[in-house]
Amino acid sequence: MAETPTMEAQPGADRPPLIEPGHTFGSVTDHISSIVLTQPVSRGWLVGFAIAFSLTMMLFYSLGYLVLAGVGIWGENIPVGWAFDIINFVWWIGIGHAGTLISAILLLLRQEWRTSINRFAEAMTIFAVACAGIYPAMHVGRPWVDYWLFPYPNTMGVWPQFRSPLMWDVFAVSTYATTSILFWFIGLIPDLATLRDRSQNRFSRIVYGMLAMGWRGSARHWNRYETAYLLLAGLATPLVLSVHSVISFDFAIGIVPGWHSTIFPPYFVAGAIYAGFAMVLLIAIPLRWAYGLQDFITMRHLQNMCKVMMATGLIVFYGYIMEVFFGWYSGSTYEWYMTKNRAFGPYGFTYWALIFCNGLTPQIFWFSWARSSIACQFIVSIIVSIGMWLERFVIVVTSLHRDFVPSSWGMYYPTKWDWSTYIGTIGFFVTLIFLFIRVLPMISIFEMRTILPEAEVKEEHA
Amino acid sequence: MSAPVAAPRIYGLMAEFENPADLVRACRGAYEEGFRNMDAYTPFPVEAVWEALGVHKNRMPLIVLCGAVIGGCSGLLLEWWTAAVAYPLNIGGRPYFSLPAFIPITFEMTILFGVLSCVLGMLALNGLPMPYHPVFNVPRFALATRDRFFLCIEATDPKFDPDATRRFLERFAPRSVSEVEP
Repeated sequence: MAETPTMEAQPGADRPPLIEPGHTFGSVTDHISSIVLTQPVSRGWLVGFAIAFSLTMMLFYSLGYLVLAGVGIWGENIPVGWAFDIINFVWWIGIGHAGTLISAILLLLRQEWRTSINRFAEAMTIFAVACAGIYPAMHVGRPWVDYWLFPYPNTMGVWPQFRSPLMWDVFAVSTYATTSILFWFIGLIPDLATLRDRSQNRFSRIVYGMLAMGWRGSARHWNRYETAYLLLAGLATPLVLSVHSVISFDFAIGIVPGWHSTIFPPYFVAGAIYAGFAMVLLIAIPLRWAYGLQDFITMRHLQNMCKVMMATGLIVFYGYIMEVFFGWYSGSTYEWYMTKNRAFGPYGFTYWALIFCNGLTPQIFWFSWARSSIACQFIVSIIVSIGMWLERFVIVVTSLHRDFVPSSWGMYYPTKWDWSTYIGTIGFFVTLIFLFIRVLPMISIFEMRTILPEAEVKEEHA
Repeated sequence: MSAPVAAPRIYGLMAEFENPADLVRACRGAYEEGFRNMDAYTPFPVEAVWEALGVHKNRMPLIVLCGAVIGGCSGLLLEWWTAAVAYPLNIGGRPYFSLPAFIPITFEMTILFGVLSCVLGMLALNGLPMPYHPVFNVPRFALATRDRFFLCIEATDPKFDPDATRRFLERFAPRSVSEVEP
């Protein structure tokens, strides 16, 4: 703590501050905890929640019908046997990655600006993983035997086939979900104790008290807590890189043209962070406006996220260019045909839309007026989210629909159930976000206290 | 009438400070005075506080290392035993024990067990969940999770004396010194 330079001493002191001046330990605590404890439910929250919850019901209806009728209600069929389910799975998991990046990697890199956004970004991760998990669990066709995916001694005498990337996926995603939840919960414990001590009604005091597990802020506890938190960050960092690498192996291990590529792991990870930061902005911008959090989530945070988006966007764009190069340089008829078909075939419009959304749009962030305009940030984030969805569509569908033998070519069209499930998961995600902001502090209170100037202890060796 | 009341047993004496620097000064003074059974309570982690209390290292890294190694080994053993012993399958002519293909799950199991041992180890070493603790008997202690800093010297310390320790704590100009009921 002592060697951390003060904000004024850093280069570029003209940048917007991390936290607006004039705040104290008490004011930070009161402001953030009041959203949960004392502020009444606003009309905007109710309307938003009602819409999101209706979409969640549509999701449950679609899934219920899927279980009754079978996977045939979705549009996928040979040759495109993987479609919306894997597209949306990868899209959601990717969105989740930004939360882990913010909470773990930026913590290890001592990026203090992460402090205001890590809590809800981690929540976003968990909710995104929950949405992602729905797809493979349902796509297996018989979701009631999903537990067969896990290795356990069974009366059938069979074991999972561990050479399959799909098994790696099971382990990667379930480890990721477990780690994200635990990391989030550990980060919440001190704040739950704050809510316990500040809540005025008995019921919430009991609930927060049980969740806080008797946390009392003891220095000995903080010592272990800080070590544990750093260790968790150190474990989550390679994990988050491995999860999207493993997901890219689902494709890269296959021999389908357009999938069998060594560039996939880094390109998928960069794309995941890119989409995730877009989603963090899409959540942060309305939240800071609706709950008056401009003092804590300042322009500095939003601008930094724009810069991360631009950097990862450039990596992704480089990936697109290299894919074309590989298609040509491979000398393989099928690879080169796939590359041309991707751009000029029946799904060509999705490819050019993808280049526009992911390759060109974020370039606007080279200009500082664009990084400083909230409207611009919001619109670009929406475009990038669409673009990252299109990327998975292009990878999955254009590769599968025309592979080696023209007699096996075909077209894929999503059905209304594909769309209702996809839009339903968005509703489910937003519903969870709405519930989260009402019951848990959306900004880490105790970490906000640490970045206040008064938290500094001047070293004086008596 | 009433039974003879024994000398009031207390858990300790608690001093309240308004900023972390004052708390660090008090912790350092108490440590130099020879107090050992004491603890400080802060609303956020302050490294100088636990350093002043003589708390430097902890066993978390060792616990996590053990957990991670156990996880990695058990992941690889599981794959070897199921794929090469219990249920051998010929997949594309690859060896039953296909080490390169077994690395991802070995890695994920390493992380999973590392994370679980980290979380459970931290909670266990800290003695959480703890439904009751005497420090919560001090009404103002609720501010320990908001903006106040506390130092509690416990009665179990050999140097503890209700009056002398109170006088000692008051030297650091705390906002108040209160007795902590057990």
